[in-house]
Amino acid sequence: MSARSLAALAALCLIGSTAFATAQDKPTDPQIAHIAYTAGAIDIEAAKLAVRKSKTQAVVDFANDMIRDHEAVNVQALELVKKLGVTPQDNATSQALGKAAADERARLSALDGAAFDRAYVDNEVAYHKQVNGALEGLLIPSAQNAELKDLLETGLKLFQGHQAHAEHVAAELK
Amino acid sequence: MMRAASRFLPPVAVLASMLAAAVPAQAGTIQVVIEKLAFSPAEISAHVGDTIEWINKDPLAHTATVKGGWEVMIPAKKTVSRKLETAEAVDFYCRFHPNMTGRLTVEAR
Repeated sequence: MSARSLAALAALCLIGSTAFATAQDKPTDPQIAHIAYTAGAIDIEAAKLAVRKSKTQAVVDFANDMIRDHEAVNVQALELVKKLGVTPQDNATSQALGKAAADERARLSALDGAAFDRAYVDNEVAYHKQVNGALEGLLIPSAQNAELKDLLETGLKLFQGHQAHAEHVAAELK
Repeated sequence: MMRAASRFLPPVAVLASMLAAAVPAQAGTIQVVIEKLAFSPAEISAHVGDTIEWINKDPLAHTATVKGGWEVMIPAKKTVSRKLETAEAVDFYCRFHPNMTGRLTVEAR
């Protein structure tokens, strides 16, 4: 078994109970573009909720960083698919991600104050971990187009930073 | 007194001309590329009067920030040039993405 398939297997095991478990073995570029964009849009929505609800500066600052970075990457993703003439293709992974995110938003909406802050930030840690695992183990190795792969790699570096930032904020809140 | 001073003049003149030859006559331009959330090179050596071209290839805005010091804002996919005015050795980082770090050493010319 190659290192790559081992890594993909490890990633799938790590995230086995989540949306990515339904991913096909090797998503196509139009599917990858759709998944990456959806994952970004989900985090932007969660961040907007946090900016509205949280009264903790560190949490609001973190959420604003998420909006800035994920919007920038998604703008870039849209420009890229346009340039490549690719139509992002909806798929089971994107749908599962969307469904899980809607459930999470409903859960967060019902919380307030410190309980909201903790739940939002903990979910950000878990979510970025999940997305980074999928990028590393599945999406980046599956991407065929060099520019798409490049953007995903930039995304991975960025989101690893987000995960560290979220972990830092989570530690502050404890 | 005059005689004593003039005795030292030739060696001083020689030393000065040697120094002039050793130091690059013209200020240079140093390119620092930012790609995939990393500065390259991350260790920069320069002289006062040199210009740094911060070339941001990422789709994200970055900064090169010295804590308690200066900051260069580098918008997504843009290049920003800054002349180095002061001899200093400083650590810098991106305020938006603090994992991005580097060190700049500016020597007097």
